[in-house]
Amino acid sequence: MGEAEVIPLRGAGGRPRPRPTPRRRSVTGPPPGVADHGTVTDGADGGMVDAGQGAGAPSSELVPAGPSELESAVGEVADFLRRRLGGRYPVDEFGFDPDLNEHVILPVLRPLYERWFRVETIGVENVPAEGGALLVANHSGTLPLDALMTVVATHDDLPTPRNLRMLAADLVFGMPGFGAVARKAGHTLACNPDAEKLLGAGELVGVWPEGFKGIGKAYADRYKLQRFGRGGFVSAALRTGVPIIPCSIVGAEEIYPKIGDLGPIARLLGVPYFPITPTWPLLGPLGLVPLPSKWYIEFGEPIRTDEFEPGSADDPMLVFNLTDQVRENIQQTLYRLLSGRRNAFLG
Amino acid sequence: MAPSVVLVTGVAGQLGGELAARLAADTSIDRVLGVDTTPPPRDLRRRMGRAEFVRVDIRNPLIGKVISTAKVDTVVHASLSGHPSASGGRSMMMEMNVIGTMQLLAACQKSDTVGRLVVRSTTSVYGASPRDPATFTETTEPKALPPGGYAKDAVEIEGYVRSFSRRRPDIPVTTLRFVNFIGPRADTAFAHYFSLPVVPVVLGYDARVQLLHTEDALAVLERATMHDLPGVFNVGADGVLMLSQAVRRAGRVALPIPEPLVPWVGRITRRARLVDFSPEQMRLLNYGRVVDTTKLKTEFGFEPRWTTVQAFDDFVAGRALRPVIDTDRYLGAAESLALSALHALPGRGAPAPERPEPPQIEGPTPPALTPVR
Repeated sequence: MGEAEVIPLRGAGGRPRPRPTPRRRSVTGPPPGVADHGTVTDGADGGMVDAGQGAGAPSSELVPAGPSELESAVGEVADFLRRRLGGRYPVDEFGFDPDLNEHVILPVLRPLYERWFRVETIGVENVPAEGGALLVANHSGTLPLDALMTVVATHDDLPTPRNLRMLAADLVFGMPGFGAVARKAGHTLACNPDAEKLLGAGELVGVWPEGFKGIGKAYADRYKLQRFGRGGFVSAALRTGVPIIPCSIVGAEEIYPKIGDLGPIARLLGVPYFPITPTWPLLGPLGLVPLPSKWYIEFGEPIRTDEFEPGSADDPMLVFNLTDQVRENIQQTLYRLLSGRRNAFLG
Repeated sequence: MAPSVVLVTGVAGQLGGELAARLAADTSIDRVLGVDTTPPPRDLRRRMGRAEFVRVDIRNPLIGKVISTAKVDTVVHASLSGHPSASGGRSMMMEMNVIGTMQLLAACQKSDTVGRLVVRSTTSVYGASPRDPATFTETTEPKALPPGGYAKDAVEIEGYVRSFSRRRPDIPVTTLRFVNFIGPRADTAFAHYFSLPVVPVVLGYDARVQLLHTEDALAVLERATMHDLPGVFNVGADGVLMLSQAVRRAGRVALPIPEPLVPWVGRITRRARLVDFSPEQMRLLNYGRVVDTTKLKTEFGFEPRWTTVQAFDDFVAGRALRPVIDTDRYLGAAESLALSALHALPGRGAPAPERPEPPQIEGPTPPALTPVR
């Protein structure tokens, strides 16, 4: 049903659509991009952003490399393999392996980020270049691709690349394969000791407080924020005095429109839900291909937590209020981004 | 209070024996008594010097007599064993660990000379599960209580030690929760495990491993013996190795085993007397365990000299472990092959600019296949 919308709009718009560019730059500051999505009346020039970026994108990256470049590539690969096979790389106590993250995990996610979802970031200047910060985002999409794309966004689109350390559900760490990779990519269990330890060490921590309620909600409920957990993330931020950065992700709801749920199978597999989408499980493995929606990730103004008096993390009323404030902020931003979006797949 | 008569249990074991040797070398201590059911190996006994060996079973009330007649003032309980087959079976291991501790504590409680107790425990008391935080502090509640075996013994021992300190609040008790030991001379399950040419690992899991150099372990025990440092302390080195990384650093070959087959493989390696891993320790290979050692550094006042990586490398060097497959040589060969293929490409121009140095030729390359044990 999602794809049915695409065809007439593309025909009607008739915009010259540049091919997705290999390495888009993010929209920083209050450039046209923000205005476009900010105002309800933009309408026609929604494509401007893409066109401008298409022109500015470097096209030299796809030019075949000269012999020396190829040779150095061979050397780099050999060095990488030598390092990996010799076990000569650092790992922190959470199991984060920066070498693997930089050379394997991020390159695997990048095509999805740049070509498939054509993610556009807004407000990257709101993410501090250093020091602890807690990024709080809305969760959607049946599979946590929104979290993975945010990891790429905070690495590639920030002026200084940062490694987003996510707090994930225990289900992830119990799963063979996924748990090990998640640890190596720097993510850890969503619990207060881990969150506070990472924030205290000056890391950028990402949390999706809606959890399974958010990611597994039906397509009909898209972009309606669910309950924000129990506010544990706010108390972690308050204890460490780091800013909370609201992060709104638009586009992830459309990748796997969940139109049904097979509860018994989910219980059998020990997972929170077993989704039915227009293509899954109907088309089998093909149903795992996410629909190519156009994404926007907006980082909002940081909410400071260091101005509260010490011990305020133990004040439930304050924690609830702050949680609501963050939630409202993200919900409003989502509505604003949505009203500026003409089409889920073309942006 | 400086100790004058020290009693060390489990001196036939490596840790207890080495500790007795160290204490015997300290002239400020008048007497060092080593207790165990079996005499220590000859080389260990030679190193123990003036330490006296008393062959007594700590499950026997006789231990009380030893403490009272020798006027022991410091008891170091280092006999915790995690090796069922070395202790004569699982039930025997539990008897020695738990019942032995109960008898020893009973004797200490009745004694009016004992003024300090040091208990060796293990970080296994935290269990290992995907629902645990990344690092355990001394107060973290385990999410999955250890199901049995060694870890359960340690949990029970710690329970008895806690009730002992309630009954005798005048005796400072130091409980040391050690991570796995490693070192050139370490005779532990972990050391045997990494000495296998092909190391079985759990498919789809990669544990974070925190280790402690045996020398650091001894230094911690010695410090606890010499000073009043009551409390529970995690003892581990800084830093972490991934299990896969450790296997590679040791030049071993990892053999991933699907999870359902793991207990079965564990049984085979135990039967074959290759590695004495108890089943609940195998769980460690799934999720790993890392402890927070802030309290050790601040309150206890000990800074481990070796990091986990350094301790492991010391073990690899000390055991002279050679890579089973010389990956460096194959990689070098593959690299030069790829480069020469590049040069031979048509239209690339033959005199391609050279890399600063030719493909690395590793120094004295060790033979590709060497026996490991």
